[in-house]
Amino acid sequence: MRRKILITLSYLLLFALALTFIYPFLWMVSATFKPEVEIQSANLIPSQVSLKSYQAVFEKIPIGRAFLNSVFVSTCVTILVLVFSSVVGYALAHLRFRGREIIFSVMLFTMMIPFQVTLIPMYVLMVKLGWVNTYMALIVPAMISVFGIFLFRQFYKSIPTDLIEAARLDGCHELYIIFRIIWPNTIPALVTVGILTFMNIWNDVLWPIIVIRDPELMTMPQMVALFAAGGRAEAQMGTILASATMLALPVVIMYLFFQRHFIESMATSGMKG
Amino acid sequence: MNREEKYGWLLVSPYVGFFLLISAFPIIFSFILVFMRWNMLSPMKFIGLQNFVTLFQDPLFWKALSNTLLFLAIHIPLQIVLALIISALLNNPSLFGKSFFRGAFFLPVVISGVVVTILWKQLYSTETGLLNNLLLSMGFGKVPWLTSPKIAMPAIAIMATWKNLGLYVVILLAGLQNIPRSLYEAASIDGANKITQFFRITLPMVNPTLIMVIILSTIGGFSLFIEPYIMTGGGPLNSTLSANLYIYQQAFSFYKMGYAATLGFTMAGIIFAVVALQRKFFEREI
Repeated sequence: MRRKILITLSYLLLFALALTFIYPFLWMVSATFKPEVEIQSANLIPSQVSLKSYQAVFEKIPIGRAFLNSVFVSTCVTILVLVFSSVVGYALAHLRFRGREIIFSVMLFTMMIPFQVTLIPMYVLMVKLGWVNTYMALIVPAMISVFGIFLFRQFYKSIPTDLIEAARLDGCHELYIIFRIIWPNTIPALVTVGILTFMNIWNDVLWPIIVIRDPELMTMPQMVALFAAGGRAEAQMGTILASATMLALPVVIMYLFFQRHFIESMATSGMKG
Repeated sequence: MNREEKYGWLLVSPYVGFFLLISAFPIIFSFILVFMRWNMLSPMKFIGLQNFVTLFQDPLFWKALSNTLLFLAIHIPLQIVLALIISALLNNPSLFGKSFFRGAFFLPVVISGVVVTILWKQLYSTETGLLNNLLLSMGFGKVPWLTSPKIAMPAIAIMATWKNLGLYVVILLAGLQNIPRSLYEAASIDGANKITQFFRITLPMVNPTLIMVIILSTIGGFSLFIEPYIMTGGGPLNSTLSANLYIYQQAFSFYKMGYAATLGFTMAGIIFAVVALQRKFFEREI
């Protein structure tokens, strides 16, 4: 009897907690479809569905352009990270060369450096290279991920050396071995690194705020953040919430499909979005 | 040079180039900037340790540092306690709907901090916010969540806990699942109750995971930026000015590059010190 009560209680507690995590998002989405006067209500069902908030977003900020910018930058970075990290990870896992251990320790060291140290000089570097207000500033500094290299190295170590030796004897080029033999056999590694990279770049906001000033080149989080931070938020709550909903949507859709991948890869890597 | 040697270097060369440009150069340049006065327009001027003198006498730096430490002092304990409770509840093999709960707690983790902040800015709104409406309907008064200098930073810390909790629940859950069931069975036979078991078995066994959670949330906490940037702009009365927001302002509103680099270096030193202290106090030999 006592056990049953405890189990019921833990279910109730979990449900109440889960509700505090889901309800605000549901409320936000529902608020974007409400007429402006109803937004403050805690109700989830609008009395009538209105698309005014979304209309207003498109009128006030170039959100479509920002969306395309974000898609372009996140996709480029994800592809580059997958290519470069797997190449470097492969070399560290399967090629013996002098200096390999030094490179590995250097990577460990750079991972420990807080970004506060490199933020200012990175901006100066972008200015000197003439990359401020260009896609280069958003793509190049993100195109190699030390975390990705580590993860690929770890995965590739479990691939038998015999397989690679055999491919070499058949005259395969190292790049052929990576992209045609190893990649098809390590899809989970690609999915993990791909998802985390895409999500991190999609959500990143501090770096774009620093290097992009031209509204035509702004990414979506930057555009939405500037819209929400400036101006009178109370007066156009529905519009701001609509822009936030649009910003969240792509990652939420990915999350619904790849939930297990998201959770497991972030739990093992300890990496934060 | 043999074939492997050649290809080894060839294949890691993208990283080497990247390292020189994106890691080595900025670190060295940052270290040089610490001794300089520079607004990016006129030439750099060597001023020795003047930046550090300025920093020690800068009330806003101390304000930003203490704000950030206040944030951590609320955020980390709250996070650890809640994450422990939730992961312990989820660590029940016969729990029905575990992946639903896990998925729900994890949702804010994957969503942009910009979205979460915008959402909570509405929830916290004094006049029209959902939280105050809820409090009113329960017979309490309104709370000036973001407009009172005393409450604004704790309010941001609560929001940050809500945003990140799911990640730490999942990490701790993985740690809990590694504890052998036999330990609990043996303890039950010896007559230890659930609470004793929690403090004598669970806590010591998840200690390494707990340390990782503490360190990760400390480093994450020190990078607090977009939340006050959107919610409060650092106000009211600089009560939510975080260290990173201050660095950002010094560099990109006032173009004091040397001073901003000094702030960055100092914050990095403080992060290392805090993490070292945490390890010293919380790490246990099993």
